[in-house]
Amino acid sequence: MQFSVNWLKQWVNISDTPEQLSEQLTMAGLEVDATAAAAAEFSGIIVGKILSAEPHPDADKLQVCEVDSGNGLFQIVCGAPNARAGLVAPLAVVGAVLPGDFVIKKAALRGVESNGMLCSSKELGLAEDAGGLMELPHNAPLGTDLREYLQLEDTLLELDLTPNRADCLSIRGIARDVSAVCGADFIPHEISAVAATTERLIDVELEDPAACPRYIGRVIEGLDASAETPIWMIEKLRRSGVRSLGPLVDVTNFVLLELGQPMHAFDLDKITGGIVVRRAAVGEKLVLLDGSEAELDSDLLLIADDNGPLALAGIMGGEASACDDDTSNIFLESAFFDPAVIMGKSRRFGLHTDSSHRFERGVDPEAQVEAIERATGLLLEICGGKPGPVIVAESPVNIPQRHPVTLRLARINKVLGSSLQADDVEPILQRLGFTIETTAEGWNITPAGARFDIEIEEDLIEEVARVYGYNNLPTRMPAGSIPAPILPEREISLRRMRQAMVANGYSEAINYSFIEHKVLNAVGQGDRAYALVNPLSADMDVMRTNLLAGLLMNLDSNQRRQRERIHMFELGNVFAASTRKGAAPEQTLRLAAVASGSVVPEQWAEKSRPMDFFDIKGDLQRVLALRGQDDVEFVSTNEYAWLHPGQAAKLVINTETIGWIGAVHPQVLKQFKINSDVFAFELNAQNAQKRELPLAKNISRYPAIRRDLAIVVSETVSYAEIMRVIRNTAGDLLADLGVFDVYQGEGVEKTCKSLAISLILQDVSSTLKDEIVDSIIIDVISALEAQLGARLRGK
Amino acid sequence: MDSLNKILDAALAGIDAAADLKALDDIRVEYMGKKGQITALLKSLGGMPPEQRKTAGQAINQAKQAVQTAINTRRAGMEKAALDTRLADESIDVSLPGRGVERGGLHPVTHTMERITEIFSRLGFSVATGPEIEDDEHNFEALNFPAHHPARAMHDTFYFPDGRLLRTHTSPVQVRVMKQQQPPLRIIAPGKVYRSDSDMTHTPMFHQVEGLLVDKDVTFADLKGVLQEFVNAFFEEELAIRLRPSYFPFTEPSAEVDVAWDKGDGSEPGWLEVLGCGMVHPNVLKGLGIDPEVYTGYAFGLGVERFAMLRYGVKDLRQFFENDLQFLGQFR
Repeated sequence: MQFSVNWLKQWVNISDTPEQLSEQLTMAGLEVDATAAAAAEFSGIIVGKILSAEPHPDADKLQVCEVDSGNGLFQIVCGAPNARAGLVAPLAVVGAVLPGDFVIKKAALRGVESNGMLCSSKELGLAEDAGGLMELPHNAPLGTDLREYLQLEDTLLELDLTPNRADCLSIRGIARDVSAVCGADFIPHEISAVAATTERLIDVELEDPAACPRYIGRVIEGLDASAETPIWMIEKLRRSGVRSLGPLVDVTNFVLLELGQPMHAFDLDKITGGIVVRRAAVGEKLVLLDGSEAELDSDLLLIADDNGPLALAGIMGGEASACDDDTSNIFLESAFFDPAVIMGKSRRFGLHTDSSHRFERGVDPEAQVEAIERATGLLLEICGGKPGPVIVAESPVNIPQRHPVTLRLARINKVLGSSLQADDVEPILQRLGFTIETTAEGWNITPAGARFDIEIEEDLIEEVARVYGYNNLPTRMPAGSIPAPILPEREISLRRMRQAMVANGYSEAINYSFIEHKVLNAVGQGDRAYALVNPLSADMDVMRTNLLAGLLMNLDSNQRRQRERIHMFELGNVFAASTRKGAAPEQTLRLAAVASGSVVPEQWAEKSRPMDFFDIKGDLQRVLALRGQDDVEFVSTNEYAWLHPGQAAKLVINTETIGWIGAVHPQVLKQFKINSDVFAFELNAQNAQKRELPLAKNISRYPAIRRDLAIVVSETVSYAEIMRVIRNTAGDLLADLGVFDVYQGEGVEKTCKSLAISLILQDVSSTLKDEIVDSIIIDVISALEAQLGARLRGK
Repeated sequence: MDSLNKILDAALAGIDAAADLKALDDIRVEYMGKKGQITALLKSLGGMPPEQRKTAGQAINQAKQAVQTAINTRRAGMEKAALDTRLADESIDVSLPGRGVERGGLHPVTHTMERITEIFSRLGFSVATGPEIEDDEHNFEALNFPAHHPARAMHDTFYFPDGRLLRTHTSPVQVRVMKQQQPPLRIIAPGKVYRSDSDMTHTPMFHQVEGLLVDKDVTFADLKGVLQEFVNAFFEEELAIRLRPSYFPFTEPSAEVDVAWDKGDGSEPGWLEVLGCGMVHPNVLKGLGIDPEVYTGYAFGLGVERFAMLRYGVKDLRQFFENDLQFLGQFR
């Protein structure tokens, strides 16, 4: 809502500067978004009249005008298409300064002398664009300074209103609030009834009185629709950002801005029979004022006549019943529609009108009659004509009533933490135009008609707080007892998990949760993608089912920025459509990482090498080590299409798969246009968060004995299997087990590998004897032979 | 005795002249070894008359002591010189970079969210989370947004075909907590939220931290206090804040909070909007079975990216989600 401060001052007695007013409005919840002067800087522009306009002897598009300045005649060469004898327009005489410090000088245009310039509204910074000279009223006093004549010393404020403050979508409403906020007097405007001079009526029927409980109408006959809108009204409209479109439209727009009541004028001669306010029938159609054809549905409210739809109630009129320059008889509408019936409807047609904006937020249900009287008075002044009687169709039971709301002083202070007195509160409520009745505990307040937002006590408390000033209310710093937080130790915090990844050299990424379905399919995980109805763009059409795809995109984009070594991770939710119909989609918290390039950054001290599976496995194991228990199995697998079938593992705790790790499949990398090897893992973070408390055991005070074994096994036998056999065989005395060499090549059969394994044996209660160790090692060797076909190397 | 003095002089001269530890040891053997000259003298004591034995013995022992001391001193000197040489040889250019892996870094949004969470958890708030895909009830209805209400237009919502939606704020977590627990409640809910909007100052996904405190005797004054405390703690300085009346369907009174922010370019500090807040609307409490006559509460919601931008001077919001390592690398 944009408005002129001068106009506001006709409604409330304030002397504040526009800056002060703007600050007070903002601090009262009516945020001032922009402040602008009503006109650009210019001087020396006066009202002039073209006495004659002759073609330029030497230029097709120019005319030579004789202009009366009220104080002498000037010859001015002008190129405006509407320059004509009799036109009154702004005249910049020699020495005048136009916006942008453009000084008017005497000039010759194609050999003809020009002593000044006739101006368009654009040239004066009064409009964004203009088709020609600004046309002033015929009776504008010649020679008057234009700034003075148009009262341009004015400031425009633009309010960014919250949806609850529909009452401030009019000058009268803003004035009410300003009166309270600035402690200034509201200036009431008497709107007098206009007596009927014709008896002409139209039947109005309310078919759905709940949707339209009040419909006020009036016939005006014999109007001159081609009359000129007075300059004061054009200027007020302009300063509210509304263009003048002829007196009929201008007057309804003016009343809308002044009183907040949207109105509509139908061409009476285009209405057949009576008016019915009814729901649309499915399949009905209506061509709107903007030329578009609306397909109607039964939830839409219509203004119709005997022939069919005339207008979309509260949203936009129809083309067929619209007024034009030839209109001489009109039917004026001033109605109240239930906000719920209008809400969301204009959007359906891609419309957003001043009318729908107000109706869906709610207009004052008592303002219709005064609005129609105000409009009638203005129309008669401008266009003449004979008004008929005011036609009232209403259903009083359906008209929203303003019920008194209880306000307790104690409650105000309980909510605000203040110690306000009745004397602080009452003036605020009075200036807001509320009706006040004192009670034992406080008041019963009946809010003003337009204050739809006041329904309960808290609404009134907010009003008091807002006008009193949030920043004048007390502040209490946190104090008192604070509950001791519970720090769950059986759950590794996500913070520690992230820190472990950072310590591993990974940078954290945050990707959008939506991604292109195609990209999910590229990593073979697009099946259960949950698709958006209204994605922002086609490349963000579904919810991500995994983190890998986004990270691969990050890897690609960073490679394009010439990064060779890339280690990135993300911790975030992924989503999958439920397999049960209607059930909520699954949301899972995942941790994922991708890594590519050399294992360490290029450096002087260490030879770098390309990273491999065991590098990222080590990184993952350092994160899993936070669990304090070595219970995650890496189970070889080839069931993940996005992984290299020979370098992939499932992560298994007990029997539950919590994720995967591996080299990304070259075919997948190709789709992401990545040319380097990429290693990655992704796991369910919540599963990995779980851990047990450490439980202290007896520490052995006796020496440990180390024995090394070099064994040869088939290359298909995994180290995990070897460990399992050794552990099962060696029993409790085995304190530690490790592998310190893995070898394939000369000296070992082609399909076999050799492993060097160390066993550390230790007893908690005595020094181990050699015979016991020997017998364990013999048992271990025979178990490896029997169960895995292993043999000692060199035997 | 002359011979003893001669032997001693020769030994000491030999020790002085010894070029290395080997030569020094040779001298020790020559004089004090089993067949050494001084050892021989000591052995000869047995053949001496008893009256001479004592003085001669003392003299020989003194000489032996002197030789031993000289050897020790000389050896220590040699060892020190050898060590000095070794250490000199081993000196390195300590300015060369250390060996190893470069450190990664947290995303600045995560880091900021952790800081915010940390501050509030010290004020006694515990962390709650909820689903990012929500239903209309939790995201709007229970928060006092009627269907089709223009207030919903402030939230450009992403929808799914089944009517579910991506939460437009973290406030539904409030609803979920209040459904399960009775007051006193003191929670914060950090997380991702979504709005269908994208330009210089909007990304379709961003992060919020929602706070909720419901208890007896909670007032607007407490809300102002906790926010002032938070702003001071987050920015590590006392920044003025101001509250402007605003509108959120689920709080009343509602406010937007500005901080006095010095852009550091020499201009006057201006007010910069950083969060929204208010007293929990009685309809919300009632809807969740909490008696608003007994309990009152406040709620606030702050945009994490906004705080990160102010704190670290990030100019373009969209950079947070481009995941350019050059950008991320600045926040290690």
